[in-house]
Amino acid sequence: MIRLDGVEKTWRTRRGDLVRALEDVTLHVEPNEFVTLVGPSGCGKSTLLKLVAGLTPATRGAIYVRDQPVREPFADVGFVFQQPVLLPWRSVLDNVLFSAEMLGLDPRQCRKTALDLLELTGLSGFETKYPRELSGGMQQRVAICRALLPDPSLLLMDEPFGALDAMTREEMSLELLRIWEERRKTILFVTHSIPEAILLADRVVVMTPRPGRIARVLDVGLPRPRTMEVEFDPRFKAVSDEVRALIFARRVAAR
Amino acid sequence: MIRRRVVAESVVPAATLVGALLVWEAATQAFRIPRFVMPAPSAILAEGWDWRYRFLGHAWVTLYETLGGFALSVIVGVPLAVLIVYSPVLRSAVYPLIVLAQSVPKIAIAPVLLLVLGYGEVPKVIVAFLVAFFPVVVDTATGLAATPPELLDLSRSYRASAFKTFVKVRLPMAMPFFFAGAKVAITLAVIGAVVGEFVGSDKGLGYVILSATSYWKTELAFSSMILLSLMAIVLFGAVALVERVVCPWLAPAGDE
Repeated sequence: MIRLDGVEKTWRTRRGDLVRALEDVTLHVEPNEFVTLVGPSGCGKSTLLKLVAGLTPATRGAIYVRDQPVREPFADVGFVFQQPVLLPWRSVLDNVLFSAEMLGLDPRQCRKTALDLLELTGLSGFETKYPRELSGGMQQRVAICRALLPDPSLLLMDEPFGALDAMTREEMSLELLRIWEERRKTILFVTHSIPEAILLADRVVVMTPRPGRIARVLDVGLPRPRTMEVEFDPRFKAVSDEVRALIFARRVAAR
Repeated sequence: MIRRRVVAESVVPAATLVGALLVWEAATQAFRIPRFVMPAPSAILAEGWDWRYRFLGHAWVTLYETLGGFALSVIVGVPLAVLIVYSPVLRSAVYPLIVLAQSVPKIAIAPVLLLVLGYGEVPKVIVAFLVAFFPVVVDTATGLAATPPELLDLSRSYRASAFKTFVKVRLPMAMPFFFAGAKVAITLAVIGAVVGEFVGSDKGLGYVILSATSYWKTELAFSSMILLSLMAIVLFGAVALVERVVCPWLAPAGDE
């Protein structure tokens, strides 16, 4: 589904300094695979998503999605950010329909799908509310519905639960898993929570900061469907220890 | 609870105003202040009432000069803001000019404008426009630039055209900012129209104030001033009302 071959991204700051955000990133993601990217802040995780979405070009290397080289934004992809970035003047339902409108689809034909998605995410009854009348978690659900509406086969999620409190965060992770079980798609999910990365993923990509490189790709191998109970599984702890070792060992070495 | 809020929000300010007027009235009587120095509120009211029909014509002139200047400031200001936000070249070309135009005291421009454009209503509209357009440009430009970059990325990931993104995302996003500027602009436009009338005119509330003071008719000047303030308040309220209609999502939650 996604193939990154020796991808490098550098840019110049306003002062003219070269910043190397990503270096020699090679990664293959299978169709319908759930892959999480975990690493400390500033390791280029978000940049990687933007590169995959075709929002910014790579400095070196090649990116393919569905065997097509990525040079510009392409169809059949959904994006969820850390902030819900809803449109404050639109109702919940119209916010979900926003993706269809921007894609040039007929919003009237997507209405039914939008309402189904709102029901799936427990937002029935909130269709006519404005975003600011909703809690942070509910707003993020609306953003997820917006991304899911055109039913993309690829979903790029940039710390989507990063701004939520710990309890809502767990709830949302399980909900995302439930949705993913129901409508399989390829998900590339950025986070800096190690437990979240393991709970969700088939494979966890551990990254190191400045320049962002892939330290290792770990198979999670825990059975699905998963619940929070999975955290007590010895395999969960084993993966978690390994991720921690990879991230913190680097830090010690860097000193 | 509701009753207490009504008292705090309307009864208290009204009582303060009435109290101040009573003190004013009593002071003019007690200290025998000459009416051309400080007329009593009752005298101002009586003079205003006498003038009610003549005021209509003058108020109308000032009103349309104000509205003309305000309308121009929106018609010119909003597209200018769009150009500034979308084109870095135009931004660096136009922005200094706008700031320069803003830093010249408009009262200083007014006589020159009247000299060039004559004594009709047009120069007053232009002065009102010059005073009012700055907040419209600056606030609208700020609003257009305030769209979260994630939303722009989202639009781009859907391969939406720049025009579509402008209409569906950036412009509505800028509306609250635009209205903040428009509310300042409408009150400034009133000032601009009056300044224009001060410099040279034979119509309008500004003209009434000027001629009243030169004939020591202070009551008339005061009643004209009050009428001008009322006009500014009503115009401000009208813009706020349009804002409520255009941006209903801004109303505080649970306000209905």
